[in-house]
Amino acid sequence: MHLKKLMTTAALAALAIGAAAAAQAADKLTVGFVQIGAESGWRAAETKVSKQEADKRGIDLKISDAQQKQENEIKAIRSFIAQGVDAIFLAPVVATGWDPVLKEAKDAKIPVFLLDRNIETQDKSLYLTAVTSDAVLEGRTAGQWLAKQTNGKCNIVELQGTVGASVALDRQKGFVEGIAGHPDLKIIRTQSGDFTRAGGKQVMESFLKAENGGKNICAVYAHNDDMEIGAIQAIKEAGLKPGKDILTISIDGVPDIFKAMSEGEANASVELTPNMAGPAFDALIAYKKSGTAPPKWVQTETKLYLPDTATAEYTRRKDLY
Amino acid sequence: MTMIRTLRSFHGATQVAVLLAVLLANWLVFPGFFAIRLQDGRLFGSLIDVLNRGSPVALLTLGMTLVIATGGIDLSVGAVMAIAGAVAATLTRDGQGLPVVLAVSLAAGLACGLWNGLLVAVLRIQPIVATLILMVAGRGIAQLITEGQIVTFVNPQLSALGSGEFLTVPMPVVIALGMLVLSLLLTRATALGMLIESVGINRVASAFAGINTGAVIVAVYVWCGLCSAVAGVIVAADIRGADANNAGLWLEMDAILAVVVGGTSLLGGRFGLAPAIVGAFIIQGMNTGILLSGFKPEFNLIVKATVIMIVLLVQSPAWRTFSLPSLPSLQRKHPGRTVP
Repeated sequence: MHLKKLMTTAALAALAIGAAAAAQAADKLTVGFVQIGAESGWRAAETKVSKQEADKRGIDLKISDAQQKQENEIKAIRSFIAQGVDAIFLAPVVATGWDPVLKEAKDAKIPVFLLDRNIETQDKSLYLTAVTSDAVLEGRTAGQWLAKQTNGKCNIVELQGTVGASVALDRQKGFVEGIAGHPDLKIIRTQSGDFTRAGGKQVMESFLKAENGGKNICAVYAHNDDMEIGAIQAIKEAGLKPGKDILTISIDGVPDIFKAMSEGEANASVELTPNMAGPAFDALIAYKKSGTAPPKWVQTETKLYLPDTATAEYTRRKDLY
Repeated sequence: MTMIRTLRSFHGATQVAVLLAVLLANWLVFPGFFAIRLQDGRLFGSLIDVLNRGSPVALLTLGMTLVIATGGIDLSVGAVMAIAGAVAATLTRDGQGLPVVLAVSLAAGLACGLWNGLLVAVLRIQPIVATLILMVAGRGIAQLITEGQIVTFVNPQLSALGSGEFLTVPMPVVIALGMLVLSLLLTRATALGMLIESVGINRVASAFAGINTGAVIVAVYVWCGLCSAVAGVIVAADIRGADANNAGLWLEMDAILAVVVGGTSLLGGRFGLAPAIVGAFIIQGMNTGILLSGFKPEFNLIVKATVIMIVLLVQSPAWRTFSLPSLPSLQRKHPGRTVP
């Protein structure tokens, strides 16, 4: 009974692979995208944008949702190798343990593009390129904006991401670099809000009380927009005006921060673009056409958004997230 | 009976003393800790923060205490919070009024509790395993409801449950207090409390004595589900959105800790609701204190663990025998197993 079922499944799978191979015989590029899952709004947006970018370029994009499990991602890579796709996009859920399966892809001569996150490996030839953002640059951009905005004089409170997370460390490092050289720009308090709204709100409530009801605070820098949104609520409940009495600067560019900016309650956000696939597609097309390998690290654009474009950006994004 | 009562009130005194010590430590690191003023008709100050932020865990603690008193445990409270919050936010976003939103999200909590209760009472699955199912699956259910996004809403009535006030007291505190009174009435003004303790001490003997033990067990898990749902709605109302990934995350551990700090034994039996609530505020007192102190975030968990260790050491039977030889009532080896 079980054997029979197994054989039917195998036969069906073989058929599917055959069909895929036939489809791919046409001129169209086929890309297999091994996506982590849909654990956050940003991730869901990345998947949507990837589809749009593929359609723009006439690329056939097959997406596999790994539900945050590495074993599912490895299975999906193997299945894409079997289907003989032109390239594999991988958003690795963890940094280690990829060598064996990426070697299989290399042996099958399928280039692998890492999206959004990097991996740890001795053998850099296992992937063609990594398309990720530069979290240090994001932090630095935020710091430089604040330095300019306040003429180098401001008491800053910082809402950190999860303690020890690499993004949090990088965004902190970049921000410190961004405000360096301005002795009157001081980070007077820093605590972790765990990247969540509730965390940001609770930490900000305490900061407001500890700093003379918020009168000592000139700006709040949050490692992500969600914490900033929580902080904005805390500032309002303390009877102050976010965006005026206390400036806000955060990172990610999620729709709700644009809404806050359009309502005058937030001042700036540095975008972490969900469009990681676009640059990867371009690199793939160039690679297929002329054989030129892209650099090992393709950095996505880091862009600062201000209230002037907030309403338009909010309308543009609200359906993506 | 009177003796037991006195004992019970004395038992709570330990927790109150620890809470006062924690608050005092907060005052030492931040002199303005006890300062309270009115802000937009609402009490405003660090002490109020402790009460306000501690309320969700206090609510979880109410249900958890009763569950633990039956010798069980409920690991799913955080996930149930996420589900209730997700239901409330999604319905509100879709334009439902407050009564419908509250009814459905609290019903979701009741259903979750019923599921746990049936697994434990009827199928006789060990509570830690039975509730682990919902702990894992529940967050998935919440993510399905919100489609993996943070669902935000604009509804002043619902937001008022999280960040509004009643007679200047923050709403979450009022709700937690109301639920405490309700829980006390249900368990202490009726025989239910005694039945719960009896089941927790010996389920078989209780059944022979004519207690419908299954019904008692289902009832405590349902109550726990309801308390978790109330906490979930409050948290969602506070941030005006449901964050299925993070709402209530790891709060089951804080709730269990609060129960234990409150002096209720994990073996089941005698329980104290009020001391457990105080336990919840001890934990939040530490959290707020750490935020005010300006310690580096890397030290948060170490500070917390050290204080908890001291509290539990002071409560341990060995420590009591050693330090309080003149108080015989405190030397009982298994305080949780005493029948009133």
